[in-house]
Amino acid sequence: MKPAPFDYVAPDSLEEALDILARSGGDAKLLAGGQSLIPVMNFRLAQPSLLIDLNRLRGLDAIYMDSALNGPELRLGALTRQRRLERDPLIAERAPLLREAVPYIAHPQIRNRGTVGGSIAHADPAAELPAVALALRARFRLQRSGGDRWVEARDFFLGLFTTVLEPEEMLTEIALPPLPPRTGWSFMEVARRHGDYAQAGLAALVTLDETGRCREARLVYLSVGDAPVEASKAAALLVGEALTPERIAAAAEVASREEMDPDGDIHASAAFKRHLARVLTIRALGAAVARAQREGTR
Amino acid sequence: MSRLHNVSVTVNGRRYERPAEPRLLLSDFLRHDLGLTGTHVGCEHGVCGACTILVDGEPVRSCLMLAVQADGRELATVEGLTAGGQAGGNELHPLQQAFWEAHGLQCGFCTPGFLMTLVPFLEENPDPSEDEIRHAISGNLCRCTGYQHIVDAVKLAAMAAHGGPEKKG
Repeated sequence: MKPAPFDYVAPDSLEEALDILARSGGDAKLLAGGQSLIPVMNFRLAQPSLLIDLNRLRGLDAIYMDSALNGPELRLGALTRQRRLERDPLIAERAPLLREAVPYIAHPQIRNRGTVGGSIAHADPAAELPAVALALRARFRLQRSGGDRWVEARDFFLGLFTTVLEPEEMLTEIALPPLPPRTGWSFMEVARRHGDYAQAGLAALVTLDETGRCREARLVYLSVGDAPVEASKAAALLVGEALTPERIAAAAEVASREEMDPDGDIHASAAFKRHLARVLTIRALGAAVARAQREGTR
Repeated sequence: MSRLHNVSVTVNGRRYERPAEPRLLLSDFLRHDLGLTGTHVGCEHGVCGACTILVDGEPVRSCLMLAVQADGRELATVEGLTAGGQAGGNELHPLQQAFWEAHGLQCGFCTPGFLMTLVPFLEENPDPSEDEIRHAISGNLCRCTGYQHIVDAVKLAAMAAHGGPEKKG
């Protein structure tokens, strides 16, 4: 299993990389961490004529707070290695949901190379970061030679390995808005072995009001559709309510029964995936509510 | 064939310079071009962990990197663990010694990947729990040992580094 021949460039600057991408005529691939791209090239499922290696670019791996209109938001450079998210104090403080999800991504050897932007742009429906980004209402900066645009996570993912990225565009930055006060979080998934792709999983966020009732809930699932799946009907069932076990169970029922259409595979039937999603929803909501009550968000 | 690129790397402290086609995997570059066959190649798609090496001190899959990407980097492979290994020495690294003593290998195919995963792990976490050890090796497959003896070997190495079994309860 060896990749088919290709040409290789490793530009030093983002401008140069975008310029090469624009001139490549759509048959180039951007090489970030390579932990998904190199395997598919080894299998010859992908045979790009040109590989643009982004690993020599500088300044695309910053983690910092940026002052936006509605408060300070967390910014992540697209080339930030996943492993760094486990260790960076700013991530632990400002994006604890992200911090909780990262150890589920494959293995440390993979996370040492894999990047945040690479995982999001690859848009594998079984991947953790797209679901977390959607739950956190992330915005993505897409740059092209001589221009850029910001796209909301909810508009970004179109389907299986498919996003709104145009061939000449590169995802360069991720912005995470602050979470409201009294917000709790949880990330859970079930895989056959640690580090395997999840059979089902979700990112849950719960915001409580002053009286302890639910002000807002977000439930975003991985591995149960061809893109991250948001269960907004189930979330709406929770808003304005006291989050009793019965109420949570009712929402989990609606999410798993009505808001996802998983495909079964050799290891997990569609019914089993729905079952996992329902049980995980109950557990994750319970954990998120407990956190919202106990610590909330600073 | 596409254009050859010059690849200049340091492996276990020694400089190498070779031309390489872009599609050449780092694992094959080490084995075929540099003759460092201690790094083993199993699945070639990032699942088995046999090809794990250190790039600038961090464990990575060498089958998921291109040789051209290693240009200018510092690599460490299993050959570098043994004192004077590349020069033919035979003094085992304490972790290798622990694998020997705890029977942490049978056929040995996966062993280089386990060692190169565990050396930085033990540096970062010198007193790991069994859970942490099992988590650390979750990206490495072994078909012989059932992992139990590998876990024992890691505990033994950690204990030895602490100066013997008495210190740890």
